[in-house]
Order: sequence, then structure tokens, then C-alpha cells
Amino acid sequence: MIKNLRVKSSEYIDETNRISFKFNGKTYHGFKGDTLASALLANDVHLVGRSFKYHRPRGIMTSGSEEPNAIVQINPGTNRTEPNVRATEVEIYEGLEASSQNCWPSVEFDIGGINNFLSPFFPAGFYYKTFMWPASFWEKYEFFIRHSAGLGKSPTSSDPDIYDHRNIHCDVLVVGAGISGILAAKNAAKNNFKTLLVDEKNELGGSTIYENNEFNKIDNKTPSEWLKKEIEELKNIKNLEIKTRTSVAAYHQYNYLLARENLTDHLEAKDKTNKIRQRLLKIRAKKVILATGALERPLIFNNNDRPGIMLSSAVKKYSEFYGVACGNKNVFFTNNDSAYESALSLYNKGINVDAIIDIREQSESKIVKKIKEIGIKIYWSHSIVDTAGYKRLNSVSIMKLSNDGTSVTGSKISISCDCLGIAGGWTPAVHLYTQSGSKLKFDEEKQIFLPNQNTSEQISVGSCGGDFKIDEIIKNLNHKLKDNLNIKETDLDNIKVEIDQENSKRNIWLLPSDKPLGKTKPFVDYQNDATAKDIKLALREGFRSIEHVKRYTTTGMGTDQGKLGNMHALGIIADTAGVKMGELGTTTFRPPYTPLTFGTIVGRNVGKFFDIFRRTPINDWHVENKAEFENVGQWKRAWYYPINGETMHQAVQRESKAARESAGILDASTLGKIDIQGSDASEFLNRVYTNAWSKLAVGKCRYGLMLNEDGMVYDDGVTTRLGENHYIMTTTTGGAANVLGKLEDYLQTEWPELDVYLTSVTDHYATASLCGPNSKKILKKIIPDLDLSDENFPHMSFKDAHIGNIQCRIMRISFTGEHSYEINVQASYGKDLWEKCIEAGQEFNITPYGTETMHLLRAEKGFIIVGQDTDGTMTPIDLQMDWIVSKKKYDFIGKRSLYRSDTMREDRKQLVGLLTDDPNIVLEEGAQIVSELNQSPVEMLGHVTSSYFSPNLKKSIALAVVRGGKDMMGKKLFVPMENKNINVTIANPVFYDEKNERLNA
Amino acid sequence: MFLINCPYCGERDQQEFKAGGEAHIERPKQPTELSDDEWAEFLFMRKNIKGVQFERWNHAHGCRKWFNMVRDTSNDEIKAIYKMGEKPPTQ
Ligand SMILES: [Zn+2]
Repeated sequence: MIKNLRVKSSEYIDETNRISFKFNGKTYHGFKGDTLASALLANDVHLVGRSFKYHRPRGIMTSGSEEPNAIVQINPGTNRTEPNVRATEVEIYEGLEASSQNCWPSVEFDIGGINNFLSPFFPAGFYYKTFMWPASFWEKYEFFIRHSAGLGKSPTSSDPDIYDHRNIHCDVLVVGAGISGILAAKNAAKNNFKTLLVDEKNELGGSTIYENNEFNKIDNKTPSEWLKKEIEELKNIKNLEIKTRTSVAAYHQYNYLLARENLTDHLEAKDKTNKIRQRLLKIRAKKVILATGALERPLIFNNNDRPGIMLSSAVKKYSEFYGVACGNKNVFFTNNDSAYESALSLYNKGINVDAIIDIREQSESKIVKKIKEIGIKIYWSHSIVDTAGYKRLNSVSIMKLSNDGTSVTGSKISISCDCLGIAGGWTPAVHLYTQSGSKLKFDEEKQIFLPNQNTSEQISVGSCGGDFKIDEIIKNLNHKLKDNLNIKETDLDNIKVEIDQENSKRNIWLLPSDKPLGKTKPFVDYQNDATAKDIKLALREGFRSIEHVKRYTTTGMGTDQGKLGNMHALGIIADTAGVKMGELGTTTFRPPYTPLTFGTIVGRNVGKFFDIFRRTPINDWHVENKAEFENVGQWKRAWYYPINGETMHQAVQRESKAARESAGILDASTLGKIDIQGSDASEFLNRVYTNAWSKLAVGKCRYGLMLNEDGMVYDDGVTTRLGENHYIMTTTTGGAANVLGKLEDYLQTEWPELDVYLTSVTDHYATASLCGPNSKKILKKIIPDLDLSDENFPHMSFKDAHIGNIQCRIMRISFTGEHSYEINVQASYGKDLWEKCIEAGQEFNITPYGTETMHLLRAEKGFIIVGQDTDGTMTPIDLQMDWIVSKKKYDFIGKRSLYRSDTMREDRKQLVGLLTDDPNIVLEEGAQIVSELNQSPVEMLGHVTSSYFSPNLKKSIALAVVRGGKDMMGKKLFVPMENKNINVTIANPVFYDEKNERLNA
Repeated sequence: MFLINCPYCGERDQQEFKAGGEAHIERPKQPTELSDDEWAEFLFMRKNIKGVQFERWNHAHGCRKWFNMVRDTSNDEIKAIYKMGEKPPTQ
């Protein structure tokens, strides 16, 4: 029989809308408006998980995003499953399933629970100390650790949901819609600031919205009643956008914030489809008003982690907001008045409160008097020394606290209870504030860190700014708003507040027990099972920096980033080390404040939108003709064109032979093209390329090699002089954007005196590269009136021509060693040009070839590909391309570096050809080259950079870089592979047509 | 993410820009006159200051113009922005 602890109706719970959900396979019921946590508590379920290290049973501690224990797997086994979700933030819906994490086989019986009894063997740094030795055992340890560790399961099928990003620019962003946030947003918007108000909860109002304490009045109303009226008025305000279920994850410099808006997580499965699940808001705000509130602190005492032990403020919220009693026998443990407010709230709802244990000597506030009148037993100057109940709290033991608070005396009293609300004071939620780069200072009196030095246009208002009482909040908010927004009057000027709140508090970071610390378990970080003992051990072992202690003990390193216990960790360190809190500093809070899904981060950039891809104007033809494609940078390039079920090898061999025997055609549209104009264009090229350009005649082409300033080869390509002051440069496909960027950099910053203009025209032209002994005949058919004689149109020259009405630029240049033409037309005519070439080439068996054949053909000629045969450590001299480096030019980019002692070494790796002794063995690209086989260790002389089987030479050929290779012609070396050693010989890298006779064939 | 005031376009998100390292390192006019050490000084040595640093930035996804920025690297405060060729502000 499931007990029902729903005690009183609440306006936030719709009892006409009953919802069934499953937790750990069992069906429960709740109502619309419940969170998973409130619904479970209403069913008297406290035990929801196991702790990370000791596998101790853990329950729901809080009612918000700071929850360390109640983290669950949502909809396990489905493609919408999500791990590490806080039960306190999940709104229930029909069909919701959730399960505990970090336990096996079940949360009720968890094998890992044995760690709890072994805990003396699991001190801080246990993993560091134990699993280090012997090193070879790590794999075995890792298996054990991974098997027993568990922070949920990721989905195994793809995410069915849609995610989105939105950019927002606003004048004022208000984070948090409690009383301060609402008043700030209202006044900002009323004063014509374009305002955005966000809150992580589904309802506005923060904790004030259920503040029905009779001792606090605003304009003669309870805070709750008064705030509801204010919220009602927000609806009629222009300039104000409100987003609920929206959690700010990150606050970066210059008021740039990222927030996650949750749109469908609270809906049933059938209502989730085809909707955006979560949206990442990228907000740039002129001013930010942080109204993020405060988090209640726990108290640190022996066995303070049992299911049933909760924050006092959470017990109050479950009663006031959700109408749920967290226990039948409730007890509070406190160091301030907050617990009395919770107790009164429970009493007013008819929920039994048995006792309040207060470490203070006394308090005389009205609310304490009221509790006395009601007859709830108060134990002044007492502390809890132990608790009992394995899967649910059943009693607490208390003893009298000594005057100095360091020990307990007298006899032990046992109080039976099934829920304990703990109240250790309040910590301003300054996480976002510090993320922005702003600095905190420690307030000795209040024992809290407060905003101090702002780095951007921001203010912190309400309790995150250190104001906890409603009168202080409103007074200081009013000042800050007027100051920050530069306004004279606000709604807050005439608010009358009557309050009875006392700030009296007795702060003891670690409460004593009758047992020594070694025998107790006072948890500081619940999620990571770090205890006060661990922190003290770290200090004893010499750790001093808070950041080091944090990592050693894992305090604050969980998914909750230690929102509850970080202050206590600092306090314990300060007390133990005998230093002041303010001197220790705080640990760094990093984004995200609460975890984000990967879906939210990537938004729409999934599937085919994951990255941009570029297609040439001829792409459709390649697709129609069944080309296989390869990615070259962002381009999709035709790789090879298999016919009749050919393998890649077969297709490439066929294409390569055809290109040399008759005619081949390649889509070269992806090559980078930069239009260079200006009266200093020639001088500019002189400075950026290694060779000389001044004497290049109009209408001629020249190959150029570009270096980095460090002398290493950066890019290459052919540049054509179109006119006196006009060139077109081609770059490698992958390097186009970087080359343009680099050239612009030199032009703008080093040589602003040059009259040169650069324009990227890569996408403006389509290029068909026609090659082979019959290429001339094919071109003649297409352009009959163009004189193609070697005299009129020699190799390395250019002609303007027309194909019908289409203007084209034709370069007679070759990357294959064959007689060839690159025909450039306006991009939109690309496919037409290509089809004309194919049609005219029919009688010559014109063969389209892809990038693989292009690579093979150029390797036969020993032409390098920058980025394949070079890797940023190769100079032109290393490439045996001395011929292209001008000795006459005074300077060019990288020239001086070619004369550095290191670049002039004779034993640098140099580009050579490599032939296998067995002509049928094709080397693997990247394979290592050695000169000795029977030596260990053996020096690696170099590696294979390009390797193919050449159908034209009927043997395997390779290019390689080899230490001192230039002077090793004919030397026998070895390429050791896994199963065999391959004998190779260093050769001339030009394997085919060394005299370049075919260019004019 | 910074908000950078491009001297040609106005305020834009940092994602439109590319950082280009330390500013005011002039390429030697007569590189051949330099010793290996002097050339290496120009080529490789950068200050990487914690504090106020003069940097080059490029509005790569905007007007493609290079400009200079004075930035405090300890808190990312942008103290000044000025065009290439303009004198750096004195503090
Ligand atoms: Zn710009």
C-alpha cells in the first residue's frame, strides 16, 4: 500500500489532472504541476539513488537545480533517454519513466553498498594512491572501476528531437524571477528598456510566491499575495519578454550569456513530436541584472546524508507549493531562524513537527516565540551527533554543544523522526556572477561571499547580492535600479514593508560528534562522497590551495559542482589551517551552471548541416555518372568513376591509362582562384612567391611556390598574367581561404604602400581540365577558330576564347605531364562546358577521371601535393626544387629562413622517389623507412608520403621523405611492416617522361 | 565572447574575428643583414603578457580588415582599438 502524503491542496497542483508515471519500474501517481521529486515524496518515496563512491542510499535533498543526490535516468532504454537529470527539476507527465542511477542490481539492494563498509580503505586520493602501482595493472583496475562506477547511460540511438539556437539582443537581461527579479524587470521595462526576464522554473515568483508567513507583510498583504498581484501586472507591460523553464548556463565577458529554454520536456511523448525540444538563447545584453537568489546551506554532522534528511527550505516548499508532507514525524536542525519559518509553514498545513534542534543558545524573534507557543519542543545549544536508518531516516541522536562549539557533552537523547530539515544559513548564488569574471569578497559578519568588483555592466540584486530580508531587498534594489538604469522614480519608492526576520546565526562549519572524526561520516559533497575527514586528510598531506584540495578530494567536482557544500569545504579548510576564509579565495565556478544536452549545444548543426559542404557547378554530372566522392576541405570532389562494378583500384588504373593514351577530363573547379589587380601586382607576386615574376609576359602562365616566413612550403599553384596589371592566381583546393587571408595580411600590415587588390573568385569559375595526347583535337572541335599550334598557344600560356557565346579563359598548363588545357568559364556554364567536352571527346574515348587518378598521374611525374608530400617542415630545397628559388631577388616571404643554420642542414628529410624491389608491392602511405633491420632501437629515416601502382609504368611507385635522401640515390632501404619487411631503393622522383616530351606531344 | 568594435564596421561578436598575435612586430626591411639570432627574434619570439597586451585582430568574416587592439589579458578588457598604421595609444 502506497502512503499518500499529499496533505493539503495547493494552487500550483492541479488535482483534477492525475498523472501516472513509473519510477524504477513501479507505477505511481501524481498531479499536473508536480516535479518527479514532489510526486515521489507524496508517495513517501525518499530513497532515489546511491552515492558515487560508497553507494550509500540517498534521497531527495532539495527542491531545485542544486540537487546533489536525486539524479535519475529519464525514460531509460528509449532514444529520448537522458542521464543525470535532477528529479527536482523534472515536471511529470503521463507516461514518464525514470530510474535510479549508480546502483546495481537495484537501488534497494546495491552490491556496491559494500564500499560503505570498506570506507576506511577509501580515503581522499584513494584512486590516485592505489591504482598507480604497478602500472601494468591499470587495465585491470580500470575494468573494475568502470564497471562499478555509473553516472547514467547515454542513448544508443539517434536523438529524435529538434533543437534550435536564437540570438537575442536586449537592453536589460534579468536572471531569476523571484521578488527582486520581477521588480527589476518591471521597472526596467516601464522605463523603456527592452527587457528579458528568465527563470529556470515553470512558475514566476521564486520562494516569495509561497511565502505566507504572517509576520511579514508588504503593503499589508502577505508577500505571496502581494507578489501575485505584481506578476499579474507584468502581463500588461510592453518591452518585456518573459521566458520560464529557461536556465542561464553561462555568463561570458561583455555580457554575453547562454541560456537553455526548455520547450517540450514537460510534455507527453505524443506532444513532443515535431516541436523544438530545447533552444539555446545566445543573449547579448547591454546590462545584466542578476537576481539568482540564494541556496540554503546544509549542516555538516555525522551521517548527515540519509534519505529523509533534506534542506529545511525544501521541506517548506514541498509543503507550501506542492502540498506534500515530506514525513510523518518531522524534526528540524538549524543555526538560524529559517527552520522556524519552515516549521510554522508545516504546522499551518497540519503537518506534524516534533522538535527543533538549534545550535544557538537562544533567539527572541517573534517567529521563535510563536513556535514556543504552538508547543514544538526546541533543544537550544544542541547538536545532532548521529542519525540512524539505512534506507530511510528513523531517528537522530542529539547532545549538548559546548560553549565554544567544538565538542559535545552530557547524555545522548534520541529523537525518532522520518524527516529532518536542516538549515545552515544561506549562500548567495554567485556562480554566474563569478563566471562573468567579476570578483567576490568575503563578508566576515554574514560568513558569505558577496559581489565586489564588477567587470561588466551588471548588478546583483536580492539575496544573491547579500540582502536576505524583504525590507533590505526592496530598499537596496531600489537604489541599485535607480543608479544602474539612471532613473529617478520607481514603483519601489512607496512600498511599505513590515517584517520580523532576524539574521541571528551561529556558524559552525563542522559540527562535533561524541565520536572522533575518523569514526564519523560528515558529508560535505554529497554527490562525490567527500567527507570533512577527507578534506582534513588532504590538508595533513600538505595540500594548501583550495583548487588542489578540491581535486584531491573531488569536493565540488560532481555534476552539481558542489553547490551545497563548497562553503563548508572552505570553512573546514580555513578552520583547520587557521586562516581566514577571505584569504583562501573560492574555487572557480565554470559554465554550465546546470548541465546542457549536446542537442542544445549543436542546435540545427546536425546531419547534413553539421558542416558546410561545397559542390562544383559540374557536380550533377558526376552524380548522374555514378562518381564516388571524397571530401577535400569542405568540397565534395569526384574521386573516381567506377563502371560495371569496378573496384576503386580498377577504376583508377583504367582512368590513368586513358588519360595518357588518349584523353581524360577532370573537374578542377575547386582550385582556389584569386584575382589580383593593381599597378604593383607584379611586385607583390615577387614578394610572395619564391621565383621571379617581373618578366612574365602578358598571356603567360607560371608555377609558383609560396613559403611561410619560416621558409617552409605553404602553397603552390599556377598564376597567369591576364594583363599588364592583372593576374589570376590559383591555389590548392584546401588552402584557398588561408592563402587569401595571408596575402591580405601582408598587404594591409607589411606592405600598405603597394597598389594591389585581391578578390576571391574561386566560386565564380568552373574549370574543366582536358588532358592527354588527343586533348588538342577535342579542343579544336569545340573551338574551331582558335589557333592551337605550339607557336600560337605554347605550353604555359593563356588565351581568351569563346565557345559559342560563352566567354572562356584557357590555360595550357599541365599537372599530369600530358598535353593539356584548363578551360575556365563562368560557373553557371560549367556543366554545359563539361558536356560539350565529353561529347566532342566521344570518338577519342574521353575518360572522366577523379582526384585519385589525378594524384596518381602527378606522382608518376614527381609533382608534389602541398599537404600530402609536405607537412609544414619542408623547404623547397628539401623538396629538391632549388630551381624555383630565385637567387637574384633581394627578398620574398621566407627567404631569410632558407639560410638559417637549421634549414641548411644536409641531413634534413628530403623528398625522393622510392621503388619497391618487387614491383607489385604497393607501399602504405605513412610507412616508416629504415636502413637497418637487425638493430633495436632503429633510427627512423623517413616515411612514405605518396604511393600508387602505376598502370603506365606497370610497377609500384612512391614518393618519400628521407633523412639526407638527396645523396642516397640508388641506396637500398627497408620499409618494415607488421608481417613483412619490404625492400626498397631510392630513385629519382620523376618516374615518367623525365624529359617532358609529352607536354608537346 | 568579446564584443569587438571593428574600426570599419562597428560592434560585432568575437566569432566574426580572428586573432593575429602580438602587434607592432615589424617585418625587417633588410632580412639578409640579420644574424640567425636576430631573424629568430623576429620570427619566433613573442611576449605573451599577462596584463596589457597589444594585439593584431582581423575582421575575417566581415570586412577582412586588420586592426590593432589593446587588451588586458588578465580580465579580457579591451582598452583600445585602432587602425593599422595608426599610433598605439599611450597609457
Ligand atoms: Zn569590419
